[in-house]
Amino acid sequence: MITILTNMLSMCIPFSVALLLASIGEMFNQRAGVFNLGCEGIMAMGAFIGMLIPFSVGGGGPVPQVYNVLGFLAAAAVGAFLGLFFGVVTVTFRAPQGIAGIGLQMFGVGTAGTLFRHFVGGTQSIPGIPDIDIPLLSKIPFLGDVFFSHNGAAYLAYLFIPVAWYILFKTPWGLKVRAVGTNPRAADSMGINVSRTRYESLMLGGALAGLAGAYLSIAQAKMFSDTLISGRGFIAVALVYFGHWHPLQIMGGALLFTFAQTFQTQIQSMGISFPYELAVMLPYVLVIVVLSFTSRNQTTAPTSLGKPFNREMRT
Amino acid sequence: MTRTFRLAFKAVIILIAALAAVLIASIILWMIGADVGATFYTICIVPLTNTLHITEVLIRAIPLCIIALGITVAYRSGIINIGAEGQMAIGILAFTGVALAFPSVPRPLLLPIALLAAVIGGGLWGFIPGILKARLNVSELLSTVMLNYIAAQFYSLCLRTIYLDPAEQGLGAAGTPQSMRLTENVWLGRMSGRLHYGLLFALVLAALIFFLMWKTTLGFRMRASGSEARAARYGGINVAFYVTLAMVISGAFSGLAGGIEIAGVHRRAIEGVTNNYGFSGVVVALFGGLHPFGIIPASFFFGLLIYGATLAPSKVGVPANIVQVMQGVIIIVIVTAQMVLSNAYFQDRVWRKISSLRKKEA
Repeated sequence: MITILTNMLSMCIPFSVALLLASIGEMFNQRAGVFNLGCEGIMAMGAFIGMLIPFSVGGGGPVPQVYNVLGFLAAAAVGAFLGLFFGVVTVTFRAPQGIAGIGLQMFGVGTAGTLFRHFVGGTQSIPGIPDIDIPLLSKIPFLGDVFFSHNGAAYLAYLFIPVAWYILFKTPWGLKVRAVGTNPRAADSMGINVSRTRYESLMLGGALAGLAGAYLSIAQAKMFSDTLISGRGFIAVALVYFGHWHPLQIMGGALLFTFAQTFQTQIQSMGISFPYELAVMLPYVLVIVVLSFTSRNQTTAPTSLGKPFNREMRT
Repeated sequence: MTRTFRLAFKAVIILIAALAAVLIASIILWMIGADVGATFYTICIVPLTNTLHITEVLIRAIPLCIIALGITVAYRSGIINIGAEGQMAIGILAFTGVALAFPSVPRPLLLPIALLAAVIGGGLWGFIPGILKARLNVSELLSTVMLNYIAAQFYSLCLRTIYLDPAEQGLGAAGTPQSMRLTENVWLGRMSGRLHYGLLFALVLAALIFFLMWKTTLGFRMRASGSEARAARYGGINVAFYVTLAMVISGAFSGLAGGIEIAGVHRRAIEGVTNNYGFSGVVVALFGGLHPFGIIPASFFFGLLIYGATLAPSKVGVPANIVQVMQGVIIIVIVTAQMVLSNAYFQDRVWRKISSLRKKEA
């Protein structure tokens, strides 16, 4: 029993990174007032590009770590580009964000699948990035496995949480983001460029979603497939609601959902005769339950979330 | 501002939008080194070249049309249903369940009951996000997507266990997860090739939706709830009720589409029947201007794209996923173009610019 628990808990941190990064990115989008449902599509593109670079260099064999880093950077760049594209659609043209996000999701997932079939072909694995055991700390029984023997990207992602908190709450740019998401008209009259700030936060959010996708393909699954993302982008959006638009609470949510997901891997590995489809369903059911409890009182939500800003309109 | 200018403005914007969509799709095709012209020819023209191809296009247009009609009801009532994929899967399960349970009931009774089961199944699956939206303000975009994944898992669970074809039972993991071939008593007749009478269903349902949404009080109340919820509430309309109802209708249509697909085409429940029709239905509904009479041609067009894309891998070496890229681009372009068209300030600015240019010339 203890080993099972240790196994599940030690999977929590590395498996939660993709959700966490995408969700923090989405948090920046929503704090600026843009509801980006295309997160899933951006993650798919990030996952594909991230995997493509180490794969095309090493052909599936070992590659120097620098190419994995390049994969992450390229995924972030593609994500930022798609964020920019979404900005053109929803900020400049003020298209309805929900349905435009569905479009972006289909575009991203479709493009990743198309390019994948051309450049990679079938299921191909890459070596990925190794786990780093932190000296001494990883030797602690239980805690060492759970906290201190993961891959480098996972540590960096968790180090990014306080950074995201600092950016959002302690820097002038973070204040601008919160202002344009809460009251864009007031922000505009104070000389803040609402469109520009929204563009910037969409690009940051897109880059993080791209990184999240690349993490899935490079560090977690070590491969790409059409079903790699399987709704994680949408769960990430739901986590932002669950986490009340705050980085630390989002982290808690990401860990909770990952814990639910690890059930599935444990059940499969232990060979318990329990229909594993039910275990796969669990996180999705959890999202609906959680949303049902948290959507009623949206007092912490950015008040202009989902509303395009138009200087020329009076209301 | 002259009438000619207004029409020309509209035409030019639509033209630019179409060009933008083609351009983005072409860039993706160019990236994979495909022959862009040949690909578009294969996807858009080849399926029209013989009767067999056309019947295949129509087969795909049937579920698209029915699903898009349901999505229109929801969209017009202010709730975006992207859960048609899951509602369709549940509809298929309900339809197959009835067919498997009562194989000996005569056809005039069994087929309607099985289709009704599909309607109820889909409707129930649509009821969940509807009531969650109406009562608890849960974003339907997220809840319907989650229900899609849940339905997909439930679908394969059923196919693997209680619905499993006895012929596949002994094979264990090697077997195909599918139900046995359903009794002929639930089959829909076929007109030509695989084209079945579901086509008539789709056309009748389109007329029905037009009547429901634009000629009845019920439809008016649903549309009022969708276009301005606060005004509707002030006018004494129970918005929560109509939003939920719209979602139930939407789900019921998707479920029915699933039932018809099984009765007409596959005649057994098998993986991959839903074939992304749920998402494509959203594109069809938007492309058809959220109106039944626009949806009929739109569903034919997207049936064409979807069938054409299945020809693309063998003919021009382009993965069939390209159709998903096109659909995504088309959604984005449509919603963007609509915003430009409805922007009176922009139209006015263009008009003034043109008239000042004319004055200079004069």
